[in-house]
Amino acid sequence: MPLLTLEAVSRDFDVSRPWLNRVIEGEPRRMLRAVDQVALEVEQGETLALVGESGCGKSTVARLIVGLYAPTEGRIEFRGRRMQMIFQDPYASLNPRWRVKDIVAEPITVLGLKEKRAIHETVKGLLVQVGLSADDGEKYPHEFSGGQRQRISIARALAGEPDLLVCDEPTSALDVSVQAQILNLMGELQRRLGLTYVFISHNLAVVSQVADRVGVMYLGRIVELGSTSSLFSRPRHPYTRLLLDAVPDLGMTGKPRTPIGGEVPNPLDPPPGCAFHPRCPHANERCRRERPALVDHVACHAVAEGRI
Amino acid sequence: MILEVKDLRVEFPTRRGTLVALDSVSFHINPGEVLGVVGESGAGKSITGMAVIGLLEPPGRIAGGEVRLEGRRIDNLPREEMRKVRGRQIGVVFQDPLTSLNPLYTVGQQLVETILTHLPLSRTQARERAISLLKEVGIPGAEARLDHYPHQFSGGMRQRVVIALAIAAEPKLIIADEPTTALDVSIQAQIIALLKRLSAERGTAVMLITHDMGVIAETSHRVAVMYAGRIAEIGPVREVIHAPRHPYTAGLMGSIPKISVHKQKLLQIEGAMPRLNAIPRGCAFNPRCPKRFARCLSERPDLMPAGAGAAACWLHAPAHA
Repeated sequence: MPLLTLEAVSRDFDVSRPWLNRVIEGEPRRMLRAVDQVALEVEQGETLALVGESGCGKSTVARLIVGLYAPTEGRIEFRGRRMQMIFQDPYASLNPRWRVKDIVAEPITVLGLKEKRAIHETVKGLLVQVGLSADDGEKYPHEFSGGQRQRISIARALAGEPDLLVCDEPTSALDVSVQAQILNLMGELQRRLGLTYVFISHNLAVVSQVADRVGVMYLGRIVELGSTSSLFSRPRHPYTRLLLDAVPDLGMTGKPRTPIGGEVPNPLDPPPGCAFHPRCPHANERCRRERPALVDHVACHAVAEGRI
Repeated sequence: MILEVKDLRVEFPTRRGTLVALDSVSFHINPGEVLGVVGESGAGKSITGMAVIGLLEPPGRIAGGEVRLEGRRIDNLPREEMRKVRGRQIGVVFQDPLTSLNPLYTVGQQLVETILTHLPLSRTQARERAISLLKEVGIPGAEARLDHYPHQFSGGMRQRVVIALAIAAEPKLIIADEPTTALDVSIQAQIIALLKRLSAERGTAVMLITHDMGVIAETSHRVAVMYAGRIAEIGPVREVIHAPRHPYTAGLMGSIPKISVHKQKLLQIEGAMPRLNAIPRGCAFNPRCPKRFARCLSERPDLMPAGAGAAACWLHAPAHA
């Protein structure tokens, strides 16, 4: 049994103008479908990454999983004990008026996991586990750098003794040398504690280094889902190929790149058929009309028909 | 040589003493050349850009050294003179296109105003030039888009508008500070291609400030790696990426995740860059350096020749080798 299952999960947001404007100007309600029919299974102990550009719905999926949003349609089933979330911005996600020890202790107190007397020692242990010193508990968040704050966020998440950690761009606000430290720490904790990660990121290189499986999202849908090795060595969906092609070439192989034109369409007014067809070099009449389903891990008519 | 920076020193006087944000920074940029300036936050890369265009936030001030644009000293120009240099001779592109554009004016008004300020053209000519600029930066339907407001453009298109503004007066030098950081990766690739093309076609020198080594690898001819307010290494981009001479550059390159087919542990540099008020004695990198030796603890290294470039590291001192 997978630890987490998402069955055809969708989420709509009401982006209508205020009631008075609608009445006076005769405008209808407007709904934005941020996540559309997303189906996923996450196995115990693995890292599943969701990757895509801004507005693709990856963060909404993260929030749906932890229950910060309720799904409009579909079902989410979690078979573990607890999950915790790690956010992108370690400046906004820690209360500046609390000492670090109280921040880290909060999940323990709220969930009633430990005796009052034991909390102190547990917090110290958690701080050491994430590479801080036990005395750091007495300090306030502003006394720490971005990377150290993200370590505090991780310690707080671990305090809840979760099976599943949902990490929404956990290293995007960090410098690259600090990012490496945090990613390595997360990998080590996973091995040691048997954690399961859902890892949201826009950075393909980061994803390729941390994930076992990857889902590529475009305009609210998963367009390709596969193991890290197959997705990065043999990307199938034209959008996955575009994303991989757009990653700056650090190896300086000098391979010619054709930056694909166009931009992500407005989710309020998504194109008919396959949402990617306006940017897709392989689009035909069917792609403009009929929305492809995720078949054999890829949602693309051209792939299904063997055209690419 | 378009831009020459020599021994630039920037200080921020504070109540608790003077912080040295930049210390003996020297580099130059040739016509048609893209110089990448890379470093982590707080390394001084943006301050270098701001010092060159004379927009240091007070109390920050240039405390030493000089900045020359085509041989003419510009770091000591009066404010009004400097205003004319900016825009006319130096174009600037910042990270967030929304803060560089005025939301209350159409893109066309802003372009025309910039053109009229710097070039002796009539309003009609300026408008025509604005249209051709928008076309040049790849905005479809340029004529119609001229009358749109910034909020009607997407992030990538806005950054194109900002670039159009930056090149409006045909400057000799463009300073681009994290021009693609706020953009998605597919849009980033488009903007990189645009900057490269403009620089090559017009012979404009570009100072490209970014934390993203990938962007540098794609765009730059040479790269300066900054650490704690100094240049740690400078050289041809291929050389710096494939054979870094400074241990910091080597660590930085190792910690950048690359697309790979398997999970793997990243190389990491222990610790973090020192704050400006706690820069260690000797080489600023020494507490994190795997190769440090006695001299690194006491003496601060200046840039010395290393490979095809230069590195501020005692490993490259003639006596050491």
